Amino acid sequence: MKLNRRHFLGASVATVATLSAPTVIGQGKPRVVVVGGGAGGATAARYIAKDSQGAIDVTLVEPTRAYFTCFFSNLYLGGFRELDSLAHTYGRLAQGGVNVVHDWAVAIDREARTVSLAGGGVLAYDRLILAPGIDFVDGAVPGWDISAQHAMPHAYKAGSQTELLKAQIMAMPEGGVFAMVAPPNPFRCPPGPYERVSMVAHLLKASNPSAKILIVDPKEKFSKQALFEEGWQAHYGGMIDRIGPDFGGADVRVDPAAMTVAIDGVVEKVDVCNVIPAQKAGRICDMAGITENGWAPVDGHGMQSRMDENIHVLGDSAQQGDMPKSGFSANSQAKVAAMTVRGVLSGSKVFPAKFSNTCWSLIDTEDGVKVGATYEATDEKIAKVDGFISQTGEDTALRRATYEESLGWYAGITKDIFG
Amino acid sequence: MKRLLCLVLTLFALTGAAEAEQEAQQIGDAERGRQVFVRCAACHQVGPEATDRIGPHLNGIFDRRAAANAGFDYSPGIRRAADDGLVWDLRRLEAYIENPKALVSGTRMNFSGLDDAQDRADVLAYLRGFSDSPADIPEAAPTARPREVDLTPEILAIVGDREYGEYLSSECTTCHQRDGTSDGIPSITGWPVEDFVVAMHAYRRQIRPHPVMQMMAGRLSDEEIAALATYFGGLE
Repeated sequence: MKLNRRHFLGASVATVATLSAPTVIGQGKPRVVVVGGGAGGATAARYIAKDSQGAIDVTLVEPTRAYFTCFFSNLYLGGFRELDSLAHTYGRLAQGGVNVVHDWAVAIDREARTVSLAGGGVLAYDRLILAPGIDFVDGAVPGWDISAQHAMPHAYKAGSQTELLKAQIMAMPEGGVFAMVAPPNPFRCPPGPYERVSMVAHLLKASNPSAKILIVDPKEKFSKQALFEEGWQAHYGGMIDRIGPDFGGADVRVDPAAMTVAIDGVVEKVDVCNVIPAQKAGRICDMAGITENGWAPVDGHGMQSRMDENIHVLGDSAQQGDMPKSGFSANSQAKVAAMTVRGVLSGSKVFPAKFSNTCWSLIDTEDGVKVGATYEATDEKIAKVDGFISQTGEDTALRRATYEESLGWYAGITKDIFG
Repeated sequence: MKRLLCLVLTLFALTGAAEAEQEAQQIGDAERGRQVFVRCAACHQVGPEATDRIGPHLNGIFDRRAAANAGFDYSPGIRRAADDGLVWDLRRLEAYIENPKALVSGTRMNFSGLDDAQDRADVLAYLRGFSDSPADIPEAAPTARPREVDLTPEILAIVGDREYGEYLSSECTTCHQRDGTSDGIPSITGWPVEDFVVAMHAYRRQIRPHPVMQMMAGRLSDEEIAALATYFGGLE
């Protein structure tokens, strides 16, 4: 049976009006609302629309018209990519059957199964997918808040912040100091801060070789540490200093007006300060009441919230187990969620969840490294099955191949996400 | 036997004669391998006078990085495999001459492969005589070595479930573009089913180098590999 558009609209409005109609498959087209159009949300919306071939109504709520990927934004800082090459629009998703709504989701009524938008609209759903990425923990870095992000950019949501940070680096005085306040675990893109340091060093080595880079880090260890440290020594010897928790790296406060960083009470004057605060799930997860200690716990079998079976959470916001918070992970989780949601709403076949992730990082020109793993869902969590990491001392041909592979991956995954 | 020893002694001037004889015997019969090599000689030369022909010369091939013979115009496929870390140890050489495409997609080596394990062992024993210090020589007799890329008829006969393949394919398309575009990452669209299957099994057995592919293939069952081969093989 094919429903005509008028009939469907009528049914939809009626559902909203009664506010608690249960899902009855076959009563009208099932509705999926996706909040967040990044690597997780856009993939989920696209796959559900594509694979259900019109049997499921999919609405994507995303405030920005052009999405700048956070992955590869470090390569823009290093001068290896143009910012425009990181921007993606939603036209192909719309052509693929996704109702793209550029608005902010501001409230979720789990009883009524509705999402309210800042613009006043209300969307009803049978299944809701939340993929809002990260937000920052208030007060995580004393002295820093959102009003200070112009003086001390985070650049951890790509776009204007990334441009600002690059402009500040380019304007550093000769021999100046670039400081980074690195975040505690867990956070988006575990190698991200350290790839960023590599790219900043690459930039400064050419334009301002006597400049210094200072990393203030609350963590004992970090992702791909041996690879980064080997690369820093080889390419940027003496330029980069990292202060770990043993030397006060966990005790930091900043003064954006004075451009100072106090580490364990010792005040340093810096020229650029990249503050990457502690992170939590995108705030809409909090507002939906599905978070615990800042993140949204999910069951890995279908990425369903542990607190509401009608909500799935993807990517950075999800607390799922062993997968790192990355665009690759979000894309991988989105496909499992899309399959699960289609299974529930349209009776399509559901296969066992499989997940994977690979994170490439660039240390210097054509010096690429990677780390990756495969995962499966257990009742307790998403658990790592197998993994690999680049080795120290690899030859230049392999490192170049790894970098070229990362370019291919970027082209591939952005097509997979945005169509 | 005496003649073989003589050959080995001549060629292995840098290694101990007894050791060389022992190792050469372990791979196969180099003298017989010389006869087998006739099938390779249409394209490849080996020995003091050898030069690059249709294929590169094979002096010093053991333990050499693939595509490392400066001056020879290799195919993009084998250059990619070289960048991934393909080194011609005994195991990879055997896999390659058993079925070139199983090890290197897009190789220009237009050779269907040596099916007979003894032929492979013997020709490799012959080639080894033209390499200085090969490593990875197995302890066991050649007959004890498993075939590297040979798949049983049962595995090749598995009919892939296209729908399952389509679901599984979503893991591949994070990197490999469905429409066959390849920049930095090769296309896997529209391959003959059997080529896809042997390539994935070669990754699963870690004969093909590449950590991501070894990891991805490592957890695919025979049925899942067949399903993927069917799905991607059917894409335009």
